[in-house]
Amino acid sequence: MVVIIDYGMGNLFSVQNALRVLKADAVISKDPEDLKNASHIILPGVGAFPDGMKNLKASGFVEILKREVLENKKPFLGICLGMQMLASIGEEHVKTEGLGLIPGAVRSFQVPEKEFRIPHVGWNDAYPTEAGKVLFDGVDQNVFYFVHSYHFVPDDTSTVAAWCDYGECFVAAVRKDNIFGVQFHPEKSQKNGLMVLENFLKA
Amino acid sequence: MLKKRLIVSLLLQNGQLVKSVGFHDYQIVGSPQIAIQFFNAWAADEIIFLDISTSCEYTDLVRKDSVFPELSSLIEIVKNSAKTCFLPLTVGGGVRTIDQMRELFLSGADKIAINTQAVRTPQLIAKAAERFGNQAIVVSIDAKRNNAGGHEVFIDHGKEATGLNVVEWVQQAEILGAGEILLNSIDQDGRLSGYDLSLIRCVASAVTIPVIALGGVGKWEHLVDGVRAGASAVSAANIFHFTEQSTRQAKKHMAEAGIDVRL
Repeated sequence: MVVIIDYGMGNLFSVQNALRVLKADAVISKDPEDLKNASHIILPGVGAFPDGMKNLKASGFVEILKREVLENKKPFLGICLGMQMLASIGEEHVKTEGLGLIPGAVRSFQVPEKEFRIPHVGWNDAYPTEAGKVLFDGVDQNVFYFVHSYHFVPDDTSTVAAWCDYGECFVAAVRKDNIFGVQFHPEKSQKNGLMVLENFLKA
Repeated sequence: MLKKRLIVSLLLQNGQLVKSVGFHDYQIVGSPQIAIQFFNAWAADEIIFLDISTSCEYTDLVRKDSVFPELSSLIEIVKNSAKTCFLPLTVGGGVRTIDQMRELFLSGADKIAINTQAVRTPQLIAKAAERFGNQAIVVSIDAKRNNAGGHEVFIDHGKEATGLNVVEWVQQAEILGAGEILLNSIDQDGRLSGYDLSLIRCVASAVTIPVIALGGVGKWEHLVDGVRAGASAVSAANIFHFTEQSTRQAKKHMAEAGIDVRL
């Protein structure tokens, strides 16, 4: 069973709909205890980093999530804000501590603003690395839908699973062991996105 | 490289899909449920639902006798669309409160467009951006040329003049936290003669957030003009309804003109 964490942020139904198409058994859950029975865990999220962390903590997920991911090695996928919260620290609005599952910081883009409008919205090319082989395996075209103003800068670049180029090279996906994160929205990226989700389900 | 986006705007009136000319002539073109499946398959990059219903008797006007049962609220339409549409979905029209936004996000909307209420209470932009993130808030603007050569913001379905200059308003909207501007031209709406290019140029230079151009596309070349005028995304409504593979054809045309699109 795939558990999609509901902590009051963002578009959970799109993720569930995508998993339904892939014929995966997926539930949206507000109950941290459900993570114990999960085969895979997905943390979606749209919104601001401080709110996201505040809600995640308030809903009691943090401790159990860390245990299931770090000790029980359950495959975990963070999407968009859900990926950013893997970081140790977020710099959106105010400095906020993240989950720290992949050391690094979430920063704003430093690009000429007229040429590279922020938010970075739309379809862009992702360039998978060696670490991204699992996630991007068999994807026809690595073009995905992004919508974000901040991006994840991991301390260790060997955790980068895919790069993307928008005025500066930024991280489109991360992977550390059983922990995956994508800055783009696979659930909104048509068949290429569905393929990424399918690859995650096989992990 | 970031692709230029082609966005389908779907106008909804009392649960049905309509085309609009000049913000006053509306003609029913079909069911939103069917349309969304076609555009999902025809390489469109995003979908925008704009509910332009003015009636409070929404449900009473919904026809129950058609082959595809019509859905009786915007929420239902959004929920239903999200099941088949693996594309970003923006929803707007009559959105007044944070609670309404939350309900739409929970139903499957990825972004919310606000127009009239944003002008009436600009702080709504700031509140929404703080709650849902800037990237999820689209400020939609209906602009009309004035005698002085500028453009004025109109609200309430293009009926109410605000005295606000478009350039002044977009800058304020950006500061308050808008993530994108959906820029519609009342003059060009349904005219098929192309976008108001001077309006696009003005707004695209005034802000650093993405600008989506809307209003007036009559042939694919107009989409190319919109991108060249500075739009980050080009949108149209009426023109996409009446031809097979319309959005795919449009993107092929854009690609042939040297624009980087997702095919």
